[in-house]
Amino acid sequence: MTARVWTEVLSAVLGDLVRRIESLPDEVTLECDAPHLLAVATELRDHPQLGFDTLIDLCGVDYLHYGQSEWKTFSATGSGFSRGVDRRGAAEGYQPGRRFAVVSHLLSVRLNRRIRLRVFCPDADEPIVDSLVGIWAAANWFEREAFDLFGILFKGHPDLRRLLTDYGFIGHPFRKDFPLIGNVEVRYDPQRQRVVYEPVSIESRTLVPRVIRHDNRYDPALVGGPENDSKIAG
Amino acid sequence: MAEIQSYTMNFGPQHPAAHGVLRLVLELDGEVIQKADPHIGLLHRATEKLAESKPFNQSIGYMDRLDYVSMMCNEHAYVLAIERLIGVTPPVRAQFIRVMFDEITRILNHLMWLGAHGLDIGALTVFLLAFKEREDLMDCYEAVSGTRMHATYYRPGGVHRDLPHEMPHYQVSRWRTQKEADRLNEARSAGLLGFIQAFSERFPKAIDEYETLLTDNRIWKQRTVNIGVVSPERAMQLGFSGPMLRGSGIAWDLRKKQPYEVYEKLDFDIPVGANGDCYDRYLVRIEELRQSNRIVAQCVEWLKKNPGPVMLADAKVRPPRREDMKGDMESLIHHFKLMTEGYCVPKGETYAAVEAPKGEFGIYLVSDGANKPYRLKCRAPGFSHLASLEEMVTGHMLADVVAVIGTQDIVFGEIDR
Repeated sequence: MTARVWTEVLSAVLGDLVRRIESLPDEVTLECDAPHLLAVATELRDHPQLGFDTLIDLCGVDYLHYGQSEWKTFSATGSGFSRGVDRRGAAEGYQPGRRFAVVSHLLSVRLNRRIRLRVFCPDADEPIVDSLVGIWAAANWFEREAFDLFGILFKGHPDLRRLLTDYGFIGHPFRKDFPLIGNVEVRYDPQRQRVVYEPVSIESRTLVPRVIRHDNRYDPALVGGPENDSKIAG
Repeated sequence: MAEIQSYTMNFGPQHPAAHGVLRLVLELDGEVIQKADPHIGLLHRATEKLAESKPFNQSIGYMDRLDYVSMMCNEHAYVLAIERLIGVTPPVRAQFIRVMFDEITRILNHLMWLGAHGLDIGALTVFLLAFKEREDLMDCYEAVSGTRMHATYYRPGGVHRDLPHEMPHYQVSRWRTQKEADRLNEARSAGLLGFIQAFSERFPKAIDEYETLLTDNRIWKQRTVNIGVVSPERAMQLGFSGPMLRGSGIAWDLRKKQPYEVYEKLDFDIPVGANGDCYDRYLVRIEELRQSNRIVAQCVEWLKKNPGPVMLADAKVRPPRREDMKGDMESLIHHFKLMTEGYCVPKGETYAAVEAPKGEFGIYLVSDGANKPYRLKCRAPGFSHLASLEEMVTGHMLADVVAVIGTQDIVFGEIDR
């Protein structure tokens, strides 16, 4: 089945439930609104033509700084690199309701096909989406991880505890506004005879600034790049 | 009559059978497991966040440290993801080299697994035998990349350099006589490919040795048959992949079903289990050793006949040659920019997966057009496997927990990331 036929099947089955379907030559991405997530997921698993029996991966993505560069390089600057880096505060640049996304990768072992399902959390302050544990048991730990690292809440999850970070950790470290060096450091205090937490003593720095350069080879207006390849509105 | 209470026990985080730093909170009724709650994250290094703060190429080395017994396979997934976003394909010779080293890595991993699993259940000899062969494969890693474990050998667009014509030789020393050194150097004199060929010729015998020790061993069978049974439906529900899925009877292997690199051109079979217990998974992995050895032999043959470039000539990803840098200012600038700022990858997202020895290792890469990944997610096979540990051990005896941890082939580098 070619990618185009395949996207037609998807839009016929899922209809209005999905927002849009993007398809690269070998990768299909579905995007749906949070209230429809469970309906879409159930359909993806149970429909005979789709049959996604395995949840391969589920992760959070924070789109806070998406598409922003730290170092404007249009003109020469006297303050190179780390000093020239433009550090932003939080909350700018992303559209409302499109900060946190939960991205799942599904696999159909039976039909040998993959799909990516993305759902944005409507509220960035209290990101919450439905849990997929009831549909794919594998979602359990993946959702715990996304909760731990991004603070995304999963409604209906049986046991939403932190998974990877330390016991008693504060914050969600993979959010883009969480500093790379963290907020606390630990050391053993011989007087109190225990490990103590203190605010970090080092200063955050950027070794290589993030730059986005214009490249004609990838300009969608000049070549049929992935961006304008085939976008079918759902 | 006294009231009988269930007993809560801590297994690990420092326990030799926990394969790293697994803290397992077990609730026991006598010796029977009622509940098992794995606590992970003791090895969490935020690899994904670190990768987001560095240019693309500088994170290749981090990938080795994820699953630190199947190093090059992790690199492979990462490099594939970048290549897909840029839209380049490495030269065929590089693809063959990658496949050959992927399979060497698979043998390395399965030998480690076999030895450790045997040791956990009380068979020490296999461990010693397995490590003997591992040593030679580690030498291959060293010959090609300079390091025995964390190779950082794959690059977007190919591999770092071509296979060397010479292997490092053993020297005579106070602990090694001339005769001993000559014996060790004999296989090394034929270059890396000759060395690997010699290995692949004698390796099937070594596998027979392991099988003699284990396959029909009564104690081994008592410890593994009917332990940790997973049905095929349940295996898919739990997101299993690799030998864990094949052990349950599902013939799923990315090398066959969604071939990458040159796997289509190679001849090999996919072993499948029948009962989904620890013993079947053992048989599957043993057969995978033989199949990987077959693939290695085919790659050696091809590589001997077909010299050629191992890196794309694309200046976007390949640094200029040293020679050019000595006389050409542009090359020097180009090298400097590529090593400091790196290259920008076009906007987009991709998921690239390889059949790592433990299962499907995937990289989900989101790029917003910058010189660093916007988001990198490593999909580790062990993560889903360990998540189902509770289901697999509930109702079993305490000693079987060790067998199940062993059969899952857990490595914390990739689970905690």
